[in-house]
Amino acid sequence: MRTLRFLLQKEFRQIFRDPGILRVIFMMPAIQLLVLPWAADYEVKNINLAVVDNDRSDYAQKLVSKIIASGYFKLDKYTTSYTDALHEIENNNADIILQIPPSFEKDLIKESSSSLFMAVNAINGAKAGLGSSYLQTIIRNFNENILLKWVQFPRFNMQTRIDVTYSNWFNPHMNYKFFMVPGIMVILVTMVGSFLAAMNIVKEKEIGTIEQINVTPIKKYHFILGKLIPFWLLGLVILSIGLTIAYVAYGIIPVGSYFTIYVFAAIYLLAVLGLGLLVSTYCSTQQQAMLTAFFMMMIFVLLSGLYTSISSMPEWAQWITKFNPVSYFIQVMRMVVLKGSTLADISKNIFIVLGFAFALNLWAVLSYRKRV
Amino acid sequence: MKQFLSFVKKEFFHIWRDRRTMFILLGMPVVQIVIFGFALTNEVKNESIAILDQSKDAAANRLIGEISASHYFNIAAVLHNPDEIEKTFQTNKAKLILVLPSSFGDDLKHLNTAQVQLIADASDPNTATTLINYATAIITDYQQQLDATAQMPYQIKTQVRMLYNPQLKGAYSFVPGVMAMVLMLVCTMMTAITIVREKETGTMEIMLVSPIQPMKIVVAKAIPYLLLSVINIISILLLSVFVLDVPVNGSLVLLIGESILFIITCLSFGLLISSITDSQQTAMFISLMGMFLPTIMLSGFMFPIENMPLPLRVISNIVPSRWFYEIVLAVMIKGLGISSVWKQTLILTGMTLFLITLAVKKFKIRLE
Repeated sequence: MRTLRFLLQKEFRQIFRDPGILRVIFMMPAIQLLVLPWAADYEVKNINLAVVDNDRSDYAQKLVSKIIASGYFKLDKYTTSYTDALHEIENNNADIILQIPPSFEKDLIKESSSSLFMAVNAINGAKAGLGSSYLQTIIRNFNENILLKWVQFPRFNMQTRIDVTYSNWFNPHMNYKFFMVPGIMVILVTMVGSFLAAMNIVKEKEIGTIEQINVTPIKKYHFILGKLIPFWLLGLVILSIGLTIAYVAYGIIPVGSYFTIYVFAAIYLLAVLGLGLLVSTYCSTQQQAMLTAFFMMMIFVLLSGLYTSISSMPEWAQWITKFNPVSYFIQVMRMVVLKGSTLADISKNIFIVLGFAFALNLWAVLSYRKRV
Repeated sequence: MKQFLSFVKKEFFHIWRDRRTMFILLGMPVVQIVIFGFALTNEVKNESIAILDQSKDAAANRLIGEISASHYFNIAAVLHNPDEIEKTFQTNKAKLILVLPSSFGDDLKHLNTAQVQLIADASDPNTATTLINYATAIITDYQQQLDATAQMPYQIKTQVRMLYNPQLKGAYSFVPGVMAMVLMLVCTMMTAITIVREKETGTMEIMLVSPIQPMKIVVAKAIPYLLLSVINIISILLLSVFVLDVPVNGSLVLLIGESILFIITCLSFGLLISSITDSQQTAMFISLMGMFLPTIMLSGFMFPIENMPLPLRVISNIVPSRWFYEIVLAVMIKGLGISSVWKQTLILTGMTLFLITLAVKKFKIRLE
């Protein structure tokens, strides 16, 4: 126990006397939480629209002003030539072209049916999909208004109608930041756990100080605990900084309890530290360790459901996410912070991550040798 | 020249003999392309929906049947009580709940109008919007089936054409992004770290006292990474054409040329970092913060630039990968020529010249 205490003292001194690490610890949460949520705004708004109006009729004007009034669209160009409009898309100035054919109004009133043409820059699939469906909704709405004006409906509805009402729970203002901030906090905690811990141990290897430790009577578990405990605490500190920033900058107060978050984070950190430890036992230079940790983190983060929903991934990718501790924590974070889930609700995730923690640390301890 | 070549050879040995690093460097683009290309899609399919059916009549059953038949939804739970709604969301069992009132079938039959309610878990706002749109479309379809005979007057039909990417695949915007990211990693981070490592282990001193000019030492270090990056670009392009079906619509020569320009930008940034730092950890941290994060965040490939607040939009202008990303999008996906990307190319060239000048100026031939 005494050995461990001295080791811990050494580790903490090492951390606190390295201005680089301290900077990482305090800068990273600040930069990531203050900048990333602003950048990571997938909300589809400000869709630039180029209108090719070959009709110039009253209805065409009304339709265009209705679209602009919706607030989702910005009129980028109003022209009569499709080539001009296409040029706007090529230069990234417009996202959608709406073409109104020459006899739009006439056809609508005389032939009782008319058509519009829409060309969408679909390189960004999500934006194209949502943007075109917004536009279609507005056009349908416009259509209904015309219908009401021209057709006197009988008191009794001839046409069957199903009214759909909808409500958005847990995030009624559809604020994208509420969705991203809890996820980013998870990434922060994970980076501290895996990167810093792995680099720290490998540095001792690279500069040779690990040999000095190997020749002392320090036990294997002393050494490993001595490395794990400081970073475990550091991870919780980062989480607290993250939660504070989330509250101060975005007004995010978890609907669930802080206790639930910390319980899960404490277990989760064990798993992530095990991972960092594992990386360090297989690497001998910092460059290797960094690259390996980076490679794994990249896969973990991309397949964690931070940006895209897991259920739309193909089967094999969903299967990988089952072995990805990051995805469990992101789920839990969003459940607790936004929906107020309790310990009982997340018990499945707790047990799985506990399993990870046990397996990874066991593997790491078994493969760590007190030899050079 | 012979001296120089032997230095280049030495660098190749450095990379070649660290098999794991080399494997990761060459395998990284492959893995990224596969993940981005296949796993990360914004399309919605098989999302779990829960049904709270209070009417339990034939009309409701048919509507539920329509929903479970669509490939967007997967009925995950059937609720019996409105109180269960919250719990269903809290345990992540469903993302959307369809509520059918007890008089659904009766209203439909007698009044010709009925109500349904959709409740979405909006903690993920975009998915919630998309799910509501899809569910509404299915319900509207069902309603039209009910009175297929009635023809409405004054209909506006909209034809939609998706340009460049008719299947709305995510890969089209990700491939150019992955190129920028991998080049940045290999050229900036790895180059900076190898040079700093020579400083840290003290071998830099040995090289500086050799008769070769100091600048050549650094150039020799950069050449293997340049080659590695070209290999990576070729493998990314091959993968995207043959595996992801993302074609190269524009000129291949132009694309490769622009990529080499960007590689040189990254290399000079790497050199700059290496000459102002002297520990590997700092070098790594600076390249992560200075190059990698801005690339992911501000180049426009993961997050749309036009949504960002003004300060970030201004900053994004000084991120080289933003311009490279625009060039690759234009040349590779839209099939445009040099006439539409000359501006971006010019900016990138200017940045490169600036970085090289700065790196050469800061380069120290003497030890502290």
